[in-house]
Amino acid sequence: MKAASFDYHAPPTVESAIALLQRFEGEGLDTKLLAGGQSLMPMLNMRIARPQVLVDLGKIEALDYIRAEGEAIAIGSMASKRAAEDSPLLREQQPLFHAATLLIGHRQIRNRGTVGGSFAHADPAAEYPAVALVQDIRMRAQGPNGVREIAASDFFVTFMTTSLEATEILVEVRLPPFRPGTGWAIQEFAKRHGDLALAGIAVTLRKANGRCEDVRIGAFGVNATAVRLPAAEAALNGQSATTENFARAAAVAGESVAEPLGDVHATPDYRRQLVKVLTERCLAEAAARAA
Amino acid sequence: MTTRQRTRVTVNGRVYEREVEPRVTLADFLRHDLHLGGTHVGCEHGICGVCTVLIDGLPARSCLTLAVQADGMEVTTIEGLRDPETGKLHPVQQAFVDAHGLQCGFCTPAFIMSTVELLRDNPDPDDEAIKEALGGNLCRCTGYETIIASVRLAARRLREQSGPA
Repeated sequence: MKAASFDYHAPPTVESAIALLQRFEGEGLDTKLLAGGQSLMPMLNMRIARPQVLVDLGKIEALDYIRAEGEAIAIGSMASKRAAEDSPLLREQQPLFHAATLLIGHRQIRNRGTVGGSFAHADPAAEYPAVALVQDIRMRAQGPNGVREIAASDFFVTFMTTSLEATEILVEVRLPPFRPGTGWAIQEFAKRHGDLALAGIAVTLRKANGRCEDVRIGAFGVNATAVRLPAAEAALNGQSATTENFARAAAVAGESVAEPLGDVHATPDYRRQLVKVLTERCLAEAAARAA
Repeated sequence: MTTRQRTRVTVNGRVYEREVEPRVTLADFLRHDLHLGGTHVGCEHGICGVCTVLIDGLPARSCLTLAVQADGMEVTTIEGLRDPETGKLHPVQQAFVDAHGLQCGFCTPAFIMSTVELLRDNPDPDDEAIKEALGGNLCRCTGYETIIASVRLAARRLREQSGPA
């Protein structure tokens, strides 16, 4: 299908984009920000979304960067996923985020799709939000009153909804340093390679004297947003890194997911089973990587 | 509403400047405004990949890019691969012919555009790298075996053409 009509603006700076958002909000126009368009364009073409105005961030070169800021890594919201995939900085210092990037769509999608777009679109089955929860990634949003920081746990509200205000733009995601020796894993189950996941799990953990600590488990594709699974984390914290303990924690993960989504692709029980199986595999993989 | 936008796009080395309605996809712009029918349109929501073109040298879905977004960019389509002097097919095109990488041909331009970029960065890809690069392109009749064989043949010829390493 073809998209319904809309008006289009491609401002050159963040400030001019915010001014446009303010103006259209004042005029009561339904406005959407366009980043890479790899999720929004299908919704426009299928007329699931029919905004009156699109504000394209594609001309704002100042938002296209991946750089070290002290020990952290700052990613401009308009950096492409291909840039993240090819970034030596991310590959070497942020292995979980880098691995998550490779699970997103196909290369043709990653060439145009942006890092910020995935965060702001907030698809429940997207990989980055789960990584954000596990790694305490912080979002920087710019609006008429300046820049504010938002923790991942406060950013994702529900299906396709974030805590960004109508006149705010996500300008950066900031990855805290990945502590050396931290074990990590991300796995998902999708019908075809490159599809959105029916369910996925991201894990980080540390080992001290053979015992697991600081276990973090994030699930995506199973609830309205990505979620942490604190009961399963608690079940493994302080326990020795054995396959039995991974299986026990994974069972808790499966049981503790509140009301998994059910749709034509997978029933709630099926998603619960996927959470259990993927958690068990991820814990083993992460523990093997932990030093 | 829907003010037309002056859009300047370089396609296959030629600069086009047009007034474009914002909702027009790059795929429809190429086909209907520029009459470049080699870029095909299938699902129009980013699954099938038949609309793949190179945007600033990287393969992308032209159904998921608005023509107005391509303002200032360089686009390469299947029509831009043939040698303009001799009219000879691009080595990747010729390899798809010789290794039977197509049957109905509907998906072929897109597979070729993805392959051109793959081989530019990686002159000797293994099957895993080929599958990863072409994973975003669907074929419903040839089957993927001869497509992968075509990519391998194209890679070999391009390596030979550029001389011994």
